[in-house]
Amino acid sequence: MSSLYLARNPRVAARSLDGEMMIMSGRDSTLFTLNKTATVLWQFADGATPLDQIVERRICSRFDVEPAEALQDAETLARELASREILQLSEEPILPRNPVAGEPR
Amino acid sequence: MPALTTEVGRLALVIEIGGMPVRVNTTDPVFLGMLHDRYAGFVTSSARAEIEFDVDLTPPHTTDPNADVRVIHRLGRWSLERGDFRAQWEPSSRSGWIRQTANPYSIDAVLRIVHTLVLAREGGFLLHSASAIRNGKAFLFAGVSEAGKTTISRLAPPDVTLLTDEVSYVRKRDSAYFAYGTPFTGELAKLGENVSAPIAALYFLGKGAENHIEPIPSGEAARTLLCNLLFFAEDEKLVQSTFHSAFEFVSRVPVSRLTFAPDTRVWELIG
Repeated sequence: MSSLYLARNPRVAARSLDGEMMIMSGRDSTLFTLNKTATVLWQFADGATPLDQIVERRICSRFDVEPAEALQDAETLARELASREILQLSEEPILPRNPVAGEPR
Repeated sequence: MPALTTEVGRLALVIEIGGMPVRVNTTDPVFLGMLHDRYAGFVTSSARAEIEFDVDLTPPHTTDPNADVRVIHRLGRWSLERGDFRAQWEPSSRSGWIRQTANPYSIDAVLRIVHTLVLAREGGFLLHSASAIRNGKAFLFAGVSEAGKTTISRLAPPDVTLLTDEVSYVRKRDSAYFAYGTPFTGELAKLGENVSAPIAALYFLGKGAENHIEPIPSGEAARTLLCNLLFFAEDEKLVQSTFHSAFEFVSRVPVSRLTFAPDTRVWELIG
């Protein structure tokens, strides 16, 4: 299986408050609230770290879940976030083109 | 030899909402009178205008009342469009035009949209909420339709100055937020007073058997505030700016849930 890389879409606005990650689409103002796993994907979507590493280091270590199952679920979730234009996905590392609009880490 | 052109008299009035004067030019005295009545209390004699619109009245025609509004920014101009109007506004020249039939509703929509665009740049916004002033402080009562905005406005005692029962005007001045009266009415069909005051609290309304106020976590406050904002523009920068303004607002203004029974005692908790 080839690696999948995630990057935050710079065209959305993002903020975390009281542990709730909120994202607003710059295109149509749709507001999204991310669940815990989606929040982890968003936080570590730097365009350089492959999804399997994010899952291994940031999801399996935090949630009680089998690595293979976690990777499959994370990929499904990442594709859903990409379909809503929250994340960008690629099989190659994604170089930053614009500063990320969300909060600084 | 008869003149080839006839000079058409130009009529105008200035509508000042939220401290922002907008001049409306028309050639139709009946339409001008309609606007005078519609915006009574918000029409000023000020010669200064921050925005100027020429209104081009079109003959009556059938329009789709359910058509979506579209607000697009391109090449320095805002284009506003709904089934019943078309308009353009160029911020650099502070001028624009509106094409509509002779009715007060279309220009009302244009004004709401233009105010949201101006406010978004300044950290302010329009909010689906009633608002009122008591003891020199403004209170906002937000909620969707049927949440109780008009009810709480109707229940206000005489010492309360009503700013609106439907759309609140929130402007940021330095690091404080102020609420202004608006002519944008709901079921109460009563224009707000054209005054302003610093905002002391935002309440999200709910109906219940007893009156009580409970604080809500800031994450929920921001999310609920965002869901109640009036925003129309398909413009990434302004969307992002308005998004961050909502978070800034909840970090500075106390936000609570106000559950109330429909009687005047609820106002004992306010102010």
